[in-house]
Amino acid sequence: MSDLTRLSAAEIAGLVAAGETSAVEVTQAHLDRIAAVDDRVHAFLHVDTEGALAAARGVDERRAAGEEIGPLAGVPVAVKDVLTTKGVPTTVGSKILEGWRPPYDSTIVERLRAAGTVMLGKTNMDEFAMGSSTEYSAYGPTRNPWDLERIPGGSGGGSAAALAAYEAPLSIGSDTGGSIRQPGAVTGTVGAKPTYGGTSRYGLVAFSSSLDTPGPCARTVLDAALLHQVIGGHDPRDSTSIPAAVPDVVGAARLGATGDLTGVKLGVVTEFTGEGAEPGVLAAFRESAEALAKLGAEIVEVSCPHFKYALPAYYLIAPSECSSNLARFDGVRFGLRVGDDGNRSLEEVMSLTREAGFGPEVKRRIMIGTYALSSGYYDAYYGQAQKVRTLITRDFTAAFEQVDALISPTTPFVAFPIGARTSDPYQMYLADLFTIPTNLYGGPAISVPCGLSEGLPVGFQIMAPTMADDRMYRVAAALESTVGTFTPPAL
Amino acid sequence: MTTTLPAYDEVVARYEPVIGLETHVELGTNTKMWCGCPTDFGGEPNTRVCPVCLGLPGSLPVANKAAIEATIRIGLALNCSIAEWCRFARKNYFYPDMPKNFQISQYDEPLCFDGYLDVEVNGELVRIGIERVHLEEDTGKTLHVGGATGRIHGATESLVDYNRAGIPLVEIVTKPIPGTGALAPEVARAYVTELRDVIRSLGVSDVRMEEGSLRCDVNTSLNKPGEEWGTRTETKNVNSLRSVERAVRSEMLRQASVLDAGGKITQETRHFHEDTGDTTPGRSKETATDYRYFPEPDLVPLAPDTAWVAELKAALPELPRLRRKRIQQEWGLSDLDMQSVVNAGAVELIEATVAAGTTPAAARKWWLGELSRRANETGVELADVGATPAQVAELQGLVDAGKLNDKLARAVLEGVVAGEGSPTEIMTNRGLEVVSDTGALTAAVDDAIAANPDVADKVRSGKIAAAGALVGAVMKTTRGQADAKTVRELILERLGAQG
Ligand SMILES: [Zn+2]
Repeated sequence: MSDLTRLSAAEIAGLVAAGETSAVEVTQAHLDRIAAVDDRVHAFLHVDTEGALAAARGVDERRAAGEEIGPLAGVPVAVKDVLTTKGVPTTVGSKILEGWRPPYDSTIVERLRAAGTVMLGKTNMDEFAMGSSTEYSAYGPTRNPWDLERIPGGSGGGSAAALAAYEAPLSIGSDTGGSIRQPGAVTGTVGAKPTYGGTSRYGLVAFSSSLDTPGPCARTVLDAALLHQVIGGHDPRDSTSIPAAVPDVVGAARLGATGDLTGVKLGVVTEFTGEGAEPGVLAAFRESAEALAKLGAEIVEVSCPHFKYALPAYYLIAPSECSSNLARFDGVRFGLRVGDDGNRSLEEVMSLTREAGFGPEVKRRIMIGTYALSSGYYDAYYGQAQKVRTLITRDFTAAFEQVDALISPTTPFVAFPIGARTSDPYQMYLADLFTIPTNLYGGPAISVPCGLSEGLPVGFQIMAPTMADDRMYRVAAALESTVGTFTPPAL
Repeated sequence: MTTTLPAYDEVVARYEPVIGLETHVELGTNTKMWCGCPTDFGGEPNTRVCPVCLGLPGSLPVANKAAIEATIRIGLALNCSIAEWCRFARKNYFYPDMPKNFQISQYDEPLCFDGYLDVEVNGELVRIGIERVHLEEDTGKTLHVGGATGRIHGATESLVDYNRAGIPLVEIVTKPIPGTGALAPEVARAYVTELRDVIRSLGVSDVRMEEGSLRCDVNTSLNKPGEEWGTRTETKNVNSLRSVERAVRSEMLRQASVLDAGGKITQETRHFHEDTGDTTPGRSKETATDYRYFPEPDLVPLAPDTAWVAELKAALPELPRLRRKRIQQEWGLSDLDMQSVVNAGAVELIEATVAAGTTPAAARKWWLGELSRRANETGVELADVGATPAQVAELQGLVDAGKLNDKLARAVLEGVVAGEGSPTEIMTNRGLEVVSDTGALTAAVDDAIAANPDVADKVRSGKIAAAGALVGAVMKTTRGQADAKTVRELILERLGAQG
């Protein structure tokens, strides 16, 4: 049999279901691959070897007994360390949760288990999902399998790098301002941010509650859709979860793969195809848009005048919510506790714990958010940002009256060298310039590889109306059918 | 601080008080506000908890519909408008008994707003404006051990019990209440009493101040007549109806003494002490936390369906004050008698006893007499004294049927309170029934006549009043179990005298 780690999730599920390979074999192959390459890539914070093999054996036993084994049975999946996993360490890339083993599974992880997938472990991320390079992980950066001296994007760099390094065929990410799509773009993989409320946040350690969206990462559009189908749908434990069925994303991906986009109207976001992006990125994007036109799509320019305010609005809303969400990390009930020597006051212990447990970017955002919510500043900052959010939503609504979906590059630049942007937060924030508007609006968006610039992958972003996730999968699969997939050099 | 306080009547002659009350009511829902954990009082520490009410990373709240319904019903009973759309908000501050270090509450969009509650003080109706009624979550409880005071200062360890964390809490805030003058303390007490009765009548909370399911903060300020309202203080830790009254009074006296001396009132939180009746300063408002309220992003806005609200309004029970008026009329009680029934907390108990077939007078006699006495002795609420309205009605039925006399009935009631069973069972088991067997009684009468020939002769000669001694003798030999009237008739009959 060919190398099991090179197969797609769809292929693995088919082989396992047909009994042509076992879940244990598939799992072992991926564990071996992790053992071989992850000391260089560092996609994983925790590999759950025993748990994975036990889950795989369970699948094989159920299959042998003729029981229902689930749609993705036997397919390994890597989970971003932002989702709680019962009994398995969950750190959110932070020292403040080092060693914490949650007593409960997140809804996404529960659904992954129910679908028969095998969780390999937890992937590296920028601390509390704040960052675009995974350099802000308290446990060291993840490296891009295309070039180990470069970043894999962030915050979900681990989940993307695990795919590009063939350590897992599927992974879960979370997208607050681009943390699924931008890593997908710079690692040549597929990353989808579902409609906000289309995937449950229960068990997702919150960064910014009104923006956080867990979603699927894969090497192919169909795999992403298959994973999306399994993890999506209403969850009564999340009040913001939409009480509706998952749009038929798998059907849409299959339809798109036929390479016919007749009758589909796509809008190029004028504001995102100008000076802000690297020429190589723009070139790859334009070529791909033309390729879509050849498949029958009508391509027009659409202006979204308020998108330019998205970044500042985001950097008020997300830090504001984070300043409150991260208040619970105080050393009292779980995680790190510093300075509790019997002499210090409660306040001192809380302060020392937070001082030692949070990294610089997290502290920066807590400070910004605390300030933006303070009495006397609320209206000027948080309140104003919410108004901008409404205007951006109107831009989207107006655009979707003219076109079926909006398209743009996913991120302005290809993977940059490790260390290149850590000294200037604003340069780092620019990585999410094109992805943030979608989060403020709440709609779905996907990044799909569309070409290379200077030998590094470029991502193509498709943004759709809320609950029209199927639409972006159709376009993404059509693009994939014409530009193909991209394989990094051997590690 | 040991300053001599001015006399109360002098204070109210010089100053006008403005009071305001913030009341917190723990709702009696089966489950907590955001999770499925049970809400019952007590339980081993940290056994009624889950990831949600412990605020574990990743957990999310889901609003309890029963709590929203209860809050709307309270709002409607307090004549409030119900918001067509409102949101929960986060109140951010660090404290270990708050698992998330923020409390989910409501800020500028309360669920119910702008209502009133009419209360009676000395026969006068006072209308108390209600600013807002909103829904929030309770905190856990911190226990400081190792220190001398039980407070955090000096403690060697602090333990937190999160069983109470996340229990739905309704906050009811009055508008400022000016113009009550010397009656301010009584108005405050009457308001909290009436509010408690309203909430109890809705069946949404057991509203027990001693268990903390009803908690009260009292705002007080003084101003000279014609001048602007003074700076107010907020008195916390007011844990009984009596304390509400005392706290207002004590704070009025203290503020007057400060103002008399040319001082200024500091806007601050003060703590009431049950033992001394004093208040002492807590944290000053000038250094108070900025709570950084913002809309709770983990919850969707509340938009109660107007038809549903109308349904809830139509189904509200008769409010206590109106009910009391009706009952007073039906029972034919004077204002004073009604007041003693209300003060004893006996309205519902008597009402239920009457509903079970007893006359209002008899029901009132049992509840305000024997049972109130026992409740006082044992220090429990009348409702918890151990007898139910049905049992009292059954007892009175036995009296009415001539099976028990007053003395025997008291003995049976003792058995009821001791949990020995129903009145009829106790009567039978303890052999307390009135002796009505005429054969046995006649024998006892004959014995008494034989033992007291002198008395018998007096009766025979027409001194009927002397029969009392013979009745007493018979009652003694039958240990009180005979009906005195029957005994008397038998004696007269045996002695050939006419009664
Ligand atoms: Zn709970």
